[in-house]
Amino acid sequence: MTDRKYRVLVAKPGLDGHDRGAKVVAAALRDAGFEVIYTGLHQTPEQIVSTAVQEDVDVVALSILSGAHMTLFPKVLDLLEEEGLDDVLVTGGGIIPEDDIEKLEQRGVGKLFGPGTDTSEAVDYIRTWCEEHRGDGAGRE
Amino acid sequence: MNGVGGGREERGPEPGEEPPAGLLEEFGRGRQRALARAISMVEDETPGFEALLDAVHERVGRARRIGITGPPGAGKSTLTKELARSYRQEGLRVGVIAVDPTSPFSGGALLGDRVRMTELASDRGLFIRSMASRGSLGGLATSTREAADLMDAFGLERVLLETVGVGQSELEIARTADTTAVVLVPESGDGIQAMKAGLNEIADLFVVNKADRPGADRLRKELEIMQRIRGGRDEEIDWEVPVLQTVASEAEGVGELLERLDAHFGRLRESGALEARRTDVRVEQARSVLLRRLERAADSQWEERRDEIRRRLASGEASPYAVAAEMEAAFRREMAAGGDPARS
Ligand SMILES: Nc1nc2c(ncn2[C@@H]2O[C@H](COP(=O)(O)OP(=O)(O)O)[C@@H](O)[C@H]2O)c(=O)[nH]1
Ligand SMILES: [Mg+2]
Repeated sequence: MTDRKYRVLVAKPGLDGHDRGAKVVAAALRDAGFEVIYTGLHQTPEQIVSTAVQEDVDVVALSILSGAHMTLFPKVLDLLEEEGLDDVLVTGGGIIPEDDIEKLEQRGVGKLFGPGTDTSEAVDYIRTWCEEHRGDGAGRE
Repeated sequence: MNGVGGGREERGPEPGEEPPAGLLEEFGRGRQRALARAISMVEDETPGFEALLDAVHERVGRARRIGITGPPGAGKSTLTKELARSYRQEGLRVGVIAVDPTSPFSGGALLGDRVRMTELASDRGLFIRSMASRGSLGGLATSTREAADLMDAFGLERVLLETVGVGQSELEIARTADTTAVVLVPESGDGIQAMKAGLNEIADLFVVNKADRPGADRLRKELEIMQRIRGGRDEEIDWEVPVLQTVASEAEGVGELLERLDAHFGRLRESGALEARRTDVRVEQARSVLLRRLERAADSQWEERRDEIRRRLASGEASPYAVAAEMEAAFRREMAAGGDPARS
């Protein structure tokens, strides 16, 4: 009976100055039926996590082009855990070397997508994750 | 949970369904995560959500609710941010509910109001929630009001409701606020269009935003004239609907807006209309909750018999009217027998 909608936070941390990629992903997720909370540029990890708490999202998707991924992703993970939100998927995209992707995945980050990836691949990944981890129509308590 | 002085009845709304105890406890301790989950329960209509609302109901009623409505791009989010910032400077705890439309095609939504509020995003005294209009059973106004009730019960002292001022349900949301500001811009057309959209019926204040753009003075004058012709007064509280000008992006005119919002609320309180109007809202809420419960119950019976109904309609052996009447009769019998048709 419940009309459960998956909620995704699309955020752009760091100092680099354009969010075209993030906007494309946000629009693709909306078109796939997700409720997307879009926050714009230059978000700090603290702001991202505070938003994730208030918006009660299932997924945090970060677009990072600045090269600061090795600090930003772990920071977001740690802050989420502090808030008791360690069941939220953290995923994202950007220019991230293979080695780093491996390290981040070991640290608990979900799949990461390179600049050339088809957005539908990321959308499918997020949908599959939600269905497996959140179920359909299931409550979250 | 005893309604001291309120004479509240002790029966929860969902027999056999309790609000999640852990959530209530966390909510009581003021954890933002609990408020966020509670709002999700309302949005998803997760079983137990009405029991949750019932459990916190006695804490509802302290917040002032302010509606900010108007066409897309008028500057509502920017203005909301400025109001939130000012209230925070006064030391008040603030909630913001920003409603954006759900896409009728995909059922998804792109909720971008936070982009304007970034600079406030890590302030612990401010709680912002983006809501999609969805197609909820009880209507958007009902679930938005419930989200506002949760913020109120949580202890937030100002609740700002940003909605796009088009369509009936958005106008209904505005009716649940104590004070509604209608935001217009020179680009959004003239005063007559605002009247046609029904915005004059819900406006306690008009705000002409983007006063830095040409046409703002003309729009303000038009609105003032329309107010005079159409009787822009709330007689009961002796309130003349003012037309203000702002440049939200420069925080210009926000001080005056705050003063007028206070003045309107003052009138409401002094005249006794505040309590009466809030009671009207509660009465309407009770009615829409009842309708939502009935619809939910009817829907679950419907789902059970959908295939059979489809067969009979396909063969032409029954009309839609006969089927509906028969379903209603069965529904009533089950209710009379003390069953709960909603729980199958
Ligand atoms: N020139 C001008 N632009 C403004 C003003 N207020 C807001 N804006 C801009 O108008 C755009 C839409 O504002 P937003 O607050 O998102 O409008 P909403 O859709 O009504 O919430 C943004 O680019 C704002 O920066 C104003 O007073 N003057
Ligand atoms: Mg907005």
